[in-house]
Amino acid sequence: MQRSLIVSVAMLVGGCVTASAQDRPIAFIGARVIPIDGEEIPNGVLVVSGGKITGVGKAGAVQIPAGAERVDVSGKVVMPGLVDTHSHIGGFGGADGSAPIQPDVRIYDSLNVHSSGFRRARAGGLTTLNIMPGSGHLLSGQTVYVKLREARTIDDMFIFDGDGKIMGGIKMANGTNSHRKPPFPGTRGKSAALIRAQYIKAQEYRDKIARAKDDPEKMPDRDLGLEALVEVLEGKRMVHHHTHRHDDIMTVLRLAKEFGFRVVLHHVSEGWKVADEIAKAGVPCSVIMIDSPGGKLEAAELAFETGGILEKAGVLVAYHTDDWITDSRVFFRSAALGARGGLSRAGALASLTLAGAKMLDLEDRIGSLTVGKDADFIILDGDPLSVYAKVLETWIDGKKVFDRSDPEDRLHAVGGFGAGDDLRPYLCCMDHQEDQ
Amino acid sequence: MLPTLRYIRLPALLLTLVVAQRAVAQVAVRGDVIHTMAGPPIRNGVVVIQDGKIIAVGPADTVTIPSGFRVLQAKVVTPGLIDAHSTVGLSGILNQKQDQDQLERSAPIQPELRAIDAYNAHDKLITWVRNFGITTLHTGHAPGELISGQTCIVKTTGNTIEAAVVVETAMIAATLSERARKTEKGKSPGTRGKMMALLRAKFIKAREYKKKLATAKEDKKPARDLALEALVRVLDGELPILITAHRAQDIASALRFAEEFGLRLILDGAAEGYMLTDRIKAAGVPVIVHPPMVRAYGEMKNMTFENAARLHAAGIEIAMQSGYESYVPKTRVVLFEAAQTAANGLTFEQALATITSGAAKILGIDDRVGTLEVGKDGDVALYDGDPFEYTSHCVGVIINGEVVSDEPH
Repeated sequence: MQRSLIVSVAMLVGGCVTASAQDRPIAFIGARVIPIDGEEIPNGVLVVSGGKITGVGKAGAVQIPAGAERVDVSGKVVMPGLVDTHSHIGGFGGADGSAPIQPDVRIYDSLNVHSSGFRRARAGGLTTLNIMPGSGHLLSGQTVYVKLREARTIDDMFIFDGDGKIMGGIKMANGTNSHRKPPFPGTRGKSAALIRAQYIKAQEYRDKIARAKDDPEKMPDRDLGLEALVEVLEGKRMVHHHTHRHDDIMTVLRLAKEFGFRVVLHHVSEGWKVADEIAKAGVPCSVIMIDSPGGKLEAAELAFETGGILEKAGVLVAYHTDDWITDSRVFFRSAALGARGGLSRAGALASLTLAGAKMLDLEDRIGSLTVGKDADFIILDGDPLSVYAKVLETWIDGKKVFDRSDPEDRLHAVGGFGAGDDLRPYLCCMDHQEDQ
Repeated sequence: MLPTLRYIRLPALLLTLVVAQRAVAQVAVRGDVIHTMAGPPIRNGVVVIQDGKIIAVGPADTVTIPSGFRVLQAKVVTPGLIDAHSTVGLSGILNQKQDQDQLERSAPIQPELRAIDAYNAHDKLITWVRNFGITTLHTGHAPGELISGQTCIVKTTGNTIEAAVVVETAMIAATLSERARKTEKGKSPGTRGKMMALLRAKFIKAREYKKKLATAKEDKKPARDLALEALVRVLDGELPILITAHRAQDIASALRFAEEFGLRLILDGAAEGYMLTDRIKAAGVPVIVHPPMVRAYGEMKNMTFENAARLHAAGIEIAMQSGYESYVPKTRVVLFEAAQTAANGLTFEQALATITSGAAKILGIDDRVGTLEVGKDGDVALYDGDPFEYTSHCVGVIINGEVVSDEPH
């Protein structure tokens, strides 16, 4: 808000601030740079320009453009912005209680961009999220991938694919969360049967469309839910699947094979029991890290060792906040506890960045400090896996979206009176009218 | 250690327990650094435990380890950790109806409910927290009713509550919060005003009961009333009242109430405590601070990671807690919560005190635990690095001189 006002004032005074001011290259010099896709660089340089990374490497080996703003970050750590593959911030929406399978519902139709959760997430160093509906359904709707840019509406946060479509996956769940009174399933067998029947419908719908060969007379009526599932069948929409118990995990792998959908396993509390099977299926895992096992039957055998065991089996491992389950401000802790349980340091750092980017089909754009990728990065005052380290700044597309030295941002990083309130929307000109 | 090994380890573990119970535990601990919490840290130090009690602590060159003692070694050694408020043992790991004994919903005021009658010494969460170095728990009835019941203090070992217990009735647990407010129509208390009216009326009754007990002739004595008996112990100052309150207005109500009846108050949670440090300090009331990683919404929406540091800076006695969780995680780990205070304003030693010496003092068990001093219980935690770091491991735990864990966690 403060920054928006400052920009407004600058525009009034200066007449016009063009994008070129923000396009001036910035060189961050002297930090320990952790690029993720290569070795850590003790004395490194990161150059960003026009919202992209234009240089990264050892000090002296990277050419700093003439006219670049030079920022001394010696003694600090620079690494990519964090990617959270599973978050529920921004208000809770998605499917309602009318049916267990609702692929027509889009989470982004229910998000409040002014929720304080977004500010806490930026304070935690998060830059990209997969925001999902909950796990009380077999299929609770379409998820959305967002970048935590300063935004007035959720649209400002969207990420678009090559065809200009809003990117997102689909949320599915098995196990006990979706067991409810009819029309919801009451058993695991019924859960799988309902889902299979739904995907068979989607296959038929897809085939009908193919047979129609663009003849409007032969085309089936539009069906929002089946349209989304066809995207899943065609591999254009990733399935993000809540699953805890070893047998539930195997059920997901079985269904993925039957219908050929691409899937990321989420939570995976008992993944350590079937790590080889997951590896053989070539399916990545986004793991939940919580302080103790239990709280529900299917998480009774959760272990800190899961990430390390999956990594050794050859599985791609990420962690997620599941915010509100864990707070985005301590996202680093999930990977660090994974390292405590045997995950490698490199694996732990990738699990918060590049691994997540791969699970969201965004590895060409984010997840590592690589020339050509988006300038999404964070500056820390210590080692990322240390409890004592603080995120000092968070940058997205070359713009600073969090600065711990700004009192308002600090409030959301640390907490305090007013930290939990929704951010007041910036309504253009309303403040000015009050002044008059 | 790999979880896959748990299956084959189980019989071995049982065997160890049996042997350990029979054997007279004689053990010594060597540490690169020993935080005794009763003085400056000792470099290259030794703690010697005989028959369950500490018999020597000091630099390695001044302490002789008797022959035949088992010797454990670690980089960092601390007193066994104390969780100043938990519900572990009552709120079971599975979170199913049959293992949830932390909250009785049949009436808003039931101080007669004893924690010792509800504590399951075999719940897996006890072992879980113990493996991170927690040797003492203040546990019992959870926040959620005006007076939910009693708490007790236990060691995280023992086959039964009788074997585990340190203090049978430690405090009476009360709640001044939205959680104690009934939402169903016609149920009481439905408002904050009604909460205070019910609470005050009950304590006035207890006062009268006490007076009658003292003054009535033998044949006119009132009939025994378990609830009022428990409250008389609070009126007498024998038991503290532990009031869970998060919002500033509820904290103020707790202080007002304790002053009216002259009670020993211990504040629990106190998410907005940083807004009332002067009042809390003036009342001489200690605070068992909420876990910093608690979810920041509802009554907790104004919580801050720096609450413990701000209360401490105001001169208020503090301890940290794992608190009560209704979902996942079913319990937090107080070591991890204290770590957040070390990262947010407290020094290492100050943060460690919130789960050792400071916690023991607030719980009134500092004659037995909380520091590594001669004569105290042989409760020790061993770490392979800074205990607060996410990536360190607890590599050994000793309770009453018995090695209950010697594997990294």
